[in-house]
Amino acid sequence: MSSLATSHDSEGQAGSLPGLSRQKQFNQAGSRSRSQGSRDNLNGWAFAAPFLAFFLVFLVWPLLYGLYMSMTGKSLTGANDSVIGFANYAEALADADMWHSLGNTLYFTVISTIPLVIVALVMAALVNVGLPAQWLWRLSYFAPYLLASTVVSLFFTWMYNPQLGLINDTLVKIGLPKVAWLNDPGVAMWAIVIATLWWTVGFNFLLYLAAMQNIPAQHYEAASLDGAGAWRQFFSITLPQLAPTTVMIVLLQILASLKIFDQVYQMTAGGPGGATRPVVQYIFETGFTGYRLGYSAAISYIFFGLIVAVSVIQFFITRRRSA
Amino acid sequence: MATETLTRPATSTASRSAGRRTGRRMTPGRAAVLAVAALLAVLWLVPFAWATATAFKSETDAAAPKISWIPPSGFTVDAFVKVFQDGNIPLWTWNSLYTSAAITVITLVISALVAYALSRIDFRGKKVLMVVIIASIIIPPPVLIIPLFYQMVALHMIDTSWAIILPQVIHPAMVFVLKKFFDQIPRELEEAAVMDGASRMRMFLQVVLPLSRPILAAVAIFVFIGAWNNFLWPFIATNDGSILTLPVGLQTIKSAYGIQYAQNMASALLAALPLILMFLFFQRQIIKGVATTGLAGT
Repeated sequence: MSSLATSHDSEGQAGSLPGLSRQKQFNQAGSRSRSQGSRDNLNGWAFAAPFLAFFLVFLVWPLLYGLYMSMTGKSLTGANDSVIGFANYAEALADADMWHSLGNTLYFTVISTIPLVIVALVMAALVNVGLPAQWLWRLSYFAPYLLASTVVSLFFTWMYNPQLGLINDTLVKIGLPKVAWLNDPGVAMWAIVIATLWWTVGFNFLLYLAAMQNIPAQHYEAASLDGAGAWRQFFSITLPQLAPTTVMIVLLQILASLKIFDQVYQMTAGGPGGATRPVVQYIFETGFTGYRLGYSAAISYIFFGLIVAVSVIQFFITRRRSA
Repeated sequence: MATETLTRPATSTASRSAGRRTGRRMTPGRAAVLAVAALLAVLWLVPFAWATATAFKSETDAAAPKISWIPPSGFTVDAFVKVFQDGNIPLWTWNSLYTSAAITVITLVISALVAYALSRIDFRGKKVLMVVIIASIIIPPPVLIIPLFYQMVALHMIDTSWAIILPQVIHPAMVFVLKKFFDQIPRELEEAAVMDGASRMRMFLQVVLPLSRPILAAVAIFVFIGAWNNFLWPFIATNDGSILTLPVGLQTIKSAYGIQYAQNMASALLAALPLILMFLFFQRQIIKGVATTGLAGT
């Protein structure tokens, strides 16, 4: 097995590491600690090498190359590779479609995060009471998370069908008017939110359930000795104990919602009239159907800036909490 | 609201789990909880039920203006037969299976190795490496699609399974999940191996890995589900019908069938089946896997 390690050494780090030249593994005169140290250097980078190779080629390189692309007029047809500086960024910032798609993304993030956190909390609180047939609740709430976005989109496009769909049929039966779910610009985003809630709430539900089951039983024992009822226990013990989990789930959900693409692309293709088109779809379209790779990369980096901003806020919130 | 059992009751752990198994006295509060939970469960199962009902209808019944759970001309497996004859679903399922399996295996191997180094070996540059990997957690995959596509074209990998697999094996957050777990394994266990002059690789393979099965399983499940359901990247990286994964393939079927509702639902159900079956068999591991790795990104 040690031969495996050495083979990684030679390919993964030739000459790139300070300290390797001082390597004295076989030098009897060298102190034990020093030879141990250089062996550690060798081993450490050998173990890191396979990951590092993938990391550099499929993450760092595209990240840097994308940044370069964003400063060029590169197109899918190969024309105009020249560097044009920040012109793409300037154009993007003046591009109404870019702002519209960014606005859609933020709108979706706000209106999806709230139900995705609250419904998950309610589900977990209900199940955590100790209902019989735990597997049944877990299966029904969590199973949709295991579906591909395409399956979810097929299910909901069918249910949202204006004439043949189950949802409108139910609405009519209970005396409500039909809704043009995916065709009404004012409603389409909410239709996407409902499908997304159904699809992914199970993930947050599981995180909440796991956190609830980690709250020590003594807390509740003490509270019920003091005569606190169930609601009181929930608001005075469960919710405060869940605060760090809630912060995490909210922030993870915001970051996940900002990346929305699949279900919109599959259910409305961004329509009607661009009403649901998120920024990831705009990146995709400017690059692959508009052939403007450089411009598309510039929008990617504006989007990245947004994510970084949210992540930085997240970092400070979570650090303050744990401090 | 008389929901005195909204939070879990203040009983000892033993009696609580016993209560879970046998079911307790049905108080009004408990009944209310059960009713709300059941309502939610029904709402969450309706899309599956409606898709199933549709998939077993004839196309005529599925497209009938008066919608019904039980079709006038009875249930039929025609839609499934047509989907199977078409042959794409089994092929795409197979493609999804092996690309996801490959992604999972490669991710586990490279992540466990680097996590071991970060946990156990004091090497020069370790801190820098750690910071770089942590920082990379915030990079959203959609940002990379344009340059990655360009890269795949340059590497002549477009329309090969490698284009789907290789960019999906980097999971910085999972590296830290593994590192945290390795950190908790007592170093003393390796000392005996050190005395025997064992190499690092041996300690890793014979001491650390066997003790890490639960976390390896958790990471594997998390990565596998993500890879199985990924749409955006495989959608961009492939056009070749013979290597499409299930989610991308289904997207093409939707437009090809047009208004074949029963066939659409039959395809969707067949596509959903493998992971649902997996969940039924490995429920406990999947739940634990998602719960332990789910918050890892932060």
